[in-house]
Amino acid sequence: MSELTGLLAIWYREFKVFTREKSRVVSSVLNPLLFLIIFGAGLGSSVNIEGISYQRFIYPGIISMALLFTSIYYGVYIVWDKMIDFLKEVLVAPLSRTTIFLGKVLGGVTDAMIQGTLLIGIGFFLNINFNLWGLPLAFLIMTITAAGFVGVGLLVGSLMERPEGFQLIGSFLLFPLFLLSGALFPIDDLPAWLAPFTYADPLTYCVDGLRIVLLDAGQFSLVFDLTVLTLFAIGTTILGTLSFRRMKL
Amino acid sequence: MNLSKRYDKLVAIDSLNLEIKEGEVFGLLGPNGAGKTTVIHMLATLLKPSSGSSFVNGFDVRKQSGDVRRSIGIVFQEPSSDDILTGYENLRLHAMMYGVPGDLAKKRMDELLDIVDLTDRKDDLVKKYSGGMRRRLELARGLLHRPKILFLDEPTLGLDPQSREHIWRYITKMVKEENITVILTTHYMEEADMLCDRVGIIDRGKIVVLDSPSKLKKVVGGDLVRLRISKPNLKKVRKLDFVKNVNFDDSMVTLKVMDANIHLQEILNVIGLVESIEMRSPTLNDVFLHYTGRQIREEAPEGGFYERVATHRAGR
Repeated sequence: MSELTGLLAIWYREFKVFTREKSRVVSSVLNPLLFLIIFGAGLGSSVNIEGISYQRFIYPGIISMALLFTSIYYGVYIVWDKMIDFLKEVLVAPLSRTTIFLGKVLGGVTDAMIQGTLLIGIGFFLNINFNLWGLPLAFLIMTITAAGFVGVGLLVGSLMERPEGFQLIGSFLLFPLFLLSGALFPIDDLPAWLAPFTYADPLTYCVDGLRIVLLDAGQFSLVFDLTVLTLFAIGTTILGTLSFRRMKL
Repeated sequence: MNLSKRYDKLVAIDSLNLEIKEGEVFGLLGPNGAGKTTVIHMLATLLKPSSGSSFVNGFDVRKQSGDVRRSIGIVFQEPSSDDILTGYENLRLHAMMYGVPGDLAKKRMDELLDIVDLTDRKDDLVKKYSGGMRRRLELARGLLHRPKILFLDEPTLGLDPQSREHIWRYITKMVKEENITVILTTHYMEEADMLCDRVGIIDRGKIVVLDSPSKLKKVVGGDLVRLRISKPNLKKVRKLDFVKNVNFDDSMVTLKVMDANIHLQEILNVIGLVESIEMRSPTLNDVFLHYTGRQIREEAPEGGFYERVATHRAGR
């Protein structure tokens, strides 16, 4: 019981911090929006993919991108908790590391989902014309994906000592994952030697799943996408928990 | 407890043996790098001892870390509250993490905020607090779940003299009202002297000596009495058995006297006509000097409290 309250405590804190840092929310929604509007409209006027306008085609990819960036940065942000010594207060509390980890994941998924929801709303007004019936499934896909990537972020963050490595995460983790996922083009168009990397990228299945439920497009089956994403989320949760248990101050 | 902590080849804590009594204020006094924080972190189960064992409130720090944690409160050397939460939110978060039920927590938070005089600032963000206020908040936080033992790691490090005295007052008040055992570390002599029932002097990972501050000061051998006098009768003074040491230099006599407050008149009776007199009790600094041959340097705090605050504010 007290572990459950502890979980809520961590969540409560993350949510409070999130609502205080409005600049973070704004900037993380703004970036995807620029992609969607400028890139989508600019290229979209001349490009058509499988009969879908380019802006519509990349819409699921842009939502995925927002989820990816928010989730991973959120996770890595635990390095700040170390820096400001707040983590000590959390680690000395009578809570298991698993509880702390899950509370953090819950907080990160909440952040990512708020942004995802904003983008869904914006898409509605931009006339992306997605399937309304697909929204519940889209939220499911988004939640599982966010949980998986928050786990990755927390894993990386728990191993980091100082926040100097932040830049590297952008170049070595975020952009490769984003660009390989087929968010901006069909992955079939890539040279064959890149194929294994795209299949190994969990974000690929988020993009594909969202395309299926929102646009009736996509190349795998929804069940397959959901299975891969669920396994990914379970995997990062296990690894992240283990890493949290070993984390020292 | 009997603890050791090794980092590779460096022995940080060398078979430390200590027993701390219920209800006392115990001080670990030593210079920077002596291993005080390491001891506290081991007792609070944040660090695993390399060998040895320790019981905190009867719980084994190695095997029952959950029970240990539930029964202790800790105020870290560095500020460890979240500065973009309010004071009240920080307390609430703490209550939740320690499973203090809602209505009880609320009552307790109001009570503690009142003790540390932060009631009217409780809804301000912690980043608007001064260093001293933040310490007070964390002091209140450490007591929120009614721990039996409170650890204070350098409770006044980096604070200005006035805030330091405030914190001392709050600590004394809390010890009285909460009836808890306090284990604190410090490298400020006057702090240990002011607050502690017993003091363990730690140097290079070892306890050098352990006793009450007044007894420790006695070991050093009496009070210092300085007299300005042109023609002292030193012969007679030397015969007094409570005078341990006599030094005469350019019309200044320095005496080391046991219980000078009692014997002052006898000295004045024999020494002659005195122009001025100055008396000083030995400090724990003299004790430290006595046992280690070195001074505790009170300057150069570790990490610089204010610098740290400044850095992470810029970072956020």
